[in-house]
Amino acid sequence: MTPVILLTGFLGSGKTTLLQRLLTDPSMKGAAVLINEFGEVGLDHALLDRIDDTVVVLKSGCICCTVRGEVADALSNLHSLRARGEIAFDRVVIETTGLADPYPVLQTLTAHPVLRSHFTNGGVLTTVDAVNAVLQVEHRSEAVRQIAAADRIVLTKTDLTEPEMEQALRRRLARINPGALILTTEASVDVILEGFGSTAFANTLAGEGGGDPLCGPTCDHAEHQHTHHHDHSHNRHHAHHYDDALGVTSFSLVIEQEIDWTMFGTWLTLLLHKHGERIFRVKGILAIEGEDSPIAIHGVQHLVHAPTHMANWPKGPRQSRIVFILEGLAPDQIRRSFTAFMGISEARTAAE
Amino acid sequence: MCSLCGILGCDDHWTNAIVRPGVYTRNHDTQSRRAEGLRRLKSANAVLSYRRLKLDVWQGRSYVMTSPTGGSSVFEALSHLWSEAEALSGRDLDPLDDDLIEWMEERTSL
Repeated sequence: MTPVILLTGFLGSGKTTLLQRLLTDPSMKGAAVLINEFGEVGLDHALLDRIDDTVVVLKSGCICCTVRGEVADALSNLHSLRARGEIAFDRVVIETTGLADPYPVLQTLTAHPVLRSHFTNGGVLTTVDAVNAVLQVEHRSEAVRQIAAADRIVLTKTDLTEPEMEQALRRRLARINPGALILTTEASVDVILEGFGSTAFANTLAGEGGGDPLCGPTCDHAEHQHTHHHDHSHNRHHAHHYDDALGVTSFSLVIEQEIDWTMFGTWLTLLLHKHGERIFRVKGILAIEGEDSPIAIHGVQHLVHAPTHMANWPKGPRQSRIVFILEGLAPDQIRRSFTAFMGISEARTAAE
Repeated sequence: MCSLCGILGCDDHWTNAIVRPGVYTRNHDTQSRRAEGLRRLKSANAVLSYRRLKLDVWQGRSYVMTSPTGGSSVFEALSHLWSEAEALSGRDLDPLDDDLIEWMEERTSL
């Protein structure tokens, strides 16, 4: 399986500049690169291809039809050329347009009948402009989607902003996507790409590294401590609304009882069918009935990756925890729906 | 094959993933596949009963959904379950709807 690294970020956030830097690293020597447009930054790479930015979406409501046609064609073409021995590559980097939602590309990798046997998600790298991101996050849902889908965030233009502003931005990014590691362009390419593009990346996503996979390595867990039981009258304050205009919320559902895997699948597929557009990310560790080890799930909008086994439970009590990053949906209603479907007596929401 | 778009081999749904290293699935062998299939029918039918729909397996490979008025639809991929249910009943199926939540509370608390 060839890993596909998705490089995304809002307009002018420095994607191409970062890509240019990444491609100079020896580890990226064997990378094939797909870009949407030739920008101002010149790229000199042996395997540079171009994809047009048209999305094929059939209006049938069928998820497997949401295939980004040109990305699929470009990847198929690369695969054919490699199969014929005309080119060689060990990973693919796709640079999306600044307004692109990363989800369709991830969906292409999972749902395409041919590609899914040859390519796998190698991680989502999102560039965030430290000067303009605060405004973009407030006004552009595309920027929020790109940040929410990120496995790693690279802050650009930090030399043009005050340290306090950067800290405030980091806190805001951590609320949108508590699981992503946040770096700056000062970090070396090795650090930016660590673990990216390897076949073990899915396990890294699932927290095989030993830490808590649901919050970032820099997280001090302080906000997680403020959990509340929803039997109390003040339950509307449980989720942290960082942006009222967008209504983007990040919260986790904590469940002590073991979970019925089958009904969980039924519930989550229905929830994502109905509200997937507004659920930017769902990520969780589950204690499944009849299973000793934890199971990790990981989804972006309508797309859920195959669940994976984790070797060990993270520190703390053995309980299920599901993190949602969503827009305009009430966390307590999701909690009520979850407990009703699962037939469990109690689950609580906690701020992220 | 996806009955809506004609793409072959769509049914690698995350709830029923193909066996591969590291992946959690109950799709190991005929026995576990069949047992999980029955559990899935039961859990889906608990929800579908809210719209008086019934799901069954058709010829061991596909699904057939029937409505109380005699309507039916056959589909092959689980990813189509909820869109087929909405099409057949002509109504939304929203897990955050208070009435559906109460319906499920009654069923799962039995």
